[in-house]
Amino acid sequence: MLNSGLEVKQLYTDRDDRVLFSDLSFQLNAGQLLQIAGPNGSGKTSLLRILAGLSSRYSGEVLWQGKSLQKNRHDYLQQLLYIGHGAGIKAVLSPLENLRWSCALRGAENSDVVLLDALNKVGLRGFEEQPCFSLSAGQQRRVNLARLFCIPAQLWILDEPFTAIDQGGVCEIEQWLSEFVSGGGSVLLTTHHKLSVSQDFSVIALGASNV
Amino acid sequence: MSEPKLLKLVIAVLHRDIVASLRRGSEWSNPLVFFVMVCALFPLGIGPQPDRLADLAPGILWVVALLASLLATDSLFRGDFDDATLEQMLLTHQSLYPQVLAKTLAHWLVTGLPLSLLSPMLGLLLHLPGEGTVPLMLSLVLGTSVLSFIGAIGAALTVGLRKGGLLLSLIVLPLYIPVLIFGSSAVKAAIEGAAYLPQLAMLGVFFLGALAFAPLAICGALRISVDQ
Repeated sequence: MLNSGLEVKQLYTDRDDRVLFSDLSFQLNAGQLLQIAGPNGSGKTSLLRILAGLSSRYSGEVLWQGKSLQKNRHDYLQQLLYIGHGAGIKAVLSPLENLRWSCALRGAENSDVVLLDALNKVGLRGFEEQPCFSLSAGQQRRVNLARLFCIPAQLWILDEPFTAIDQGGVCEIEQWLSEFVSGGGSVLLTTHHKLSVSQDFSVIALGASNV
Repeated sequence: MSEPKLLKLVIAVLHRDIVASLRRGSEWSNPLVFFVMVCALFPLGIGPQPDRLADLAPGILWVVALLASLLATDSLFRGDFDDATLEQMLLTHQSLYPQVLAKTLAHWLVTGLPLSLLSPMLGLLLHLPGEGTVPLMLSLVLGTSVLSFIGAIGAALTVGLRKGGLLLSLIVLPLYIPVLIFGSSAVKAAIEGAAYLPQLAMLGVFFLGALAFAPLAICGALRISVDQ
């Protein structure tokens, strides 16, 4: 298959002599959503960090469009948007300044109108110029999520995107995910929340087989 | 990648880092306050005799500037590591080299440069002869930029550790020594009326070497530190 997106073959990783997962294989194509489930400490974040190319502590194969991540790194990073469970924003800077920097890193030439629009979408209108440390945890998370709307990508890897987000916000994010997936994007996310999106999606449970 | 794009990236990183450290305050003020305080303590400790102080001044100023620079080093990547913005720097198709270069430059602009600019005043305090003032400033401008690059390598290597403080000093201090030797000897030579340009030229060589090669080491070290 030519345009297979992300392909994982027989992935194995351990931490401190504890096997997190072994022989893990799956495929994520354009227009698909995949949820990684599992209890705390089952290796969800480790898996996402491996797939984002941040961690090399694994054996097995990770392929992007048929080529291994190491060989295809430049193309892959151009298509990937990873939102980890860390803050992802500088607290002393305003949401707008944070987004400007994030976009500049990705070479996305966005005018402030686009960025303000993105902040508006995540419900932060009126907070653009405030330093992020004065925002609530949920609002800070939203600043980080606003990157979804100003950085073009094919694949979203989201680590617990719903943390600290209110109920209404969770519904909104689910809707964004649906729209992105029906537009041909792929989403890989971890969450403990029961996901309700309009598409079918698959779930991979970690930690069940090797407890 | 086209040149303007690279330049835009450098400017964005520079702007963000300078604004962030100016707002936080402690990042630029701590080394500066340390520099002033310690230099002010020396006349109290060794007595106020002008000729004795003048003799020691080049060494004192350079050693304290070096320690002040070391003090500021740990914060270079610590904040970005803690708030996970370092991951964003690594996860872009754009090269890490210009980002690291810009970060180190920004760090020098808020720590090394103010130290260098303030040094004539402290020279006065330590009865540094007038001929030594200009070489002191020049050697500090060049020297602290080298120290920033060397320190950045150490900071990048230890940023992933819980307690990297002591290890950082152990990695970085031996590499600081050549800079200290040439820096303080430039000032001494100027006071004695000898040529001080050779020492400054040596510092210039260190600077160019660090500018070209240190970012490579920093990039590699950052990747290792985040890889866990």
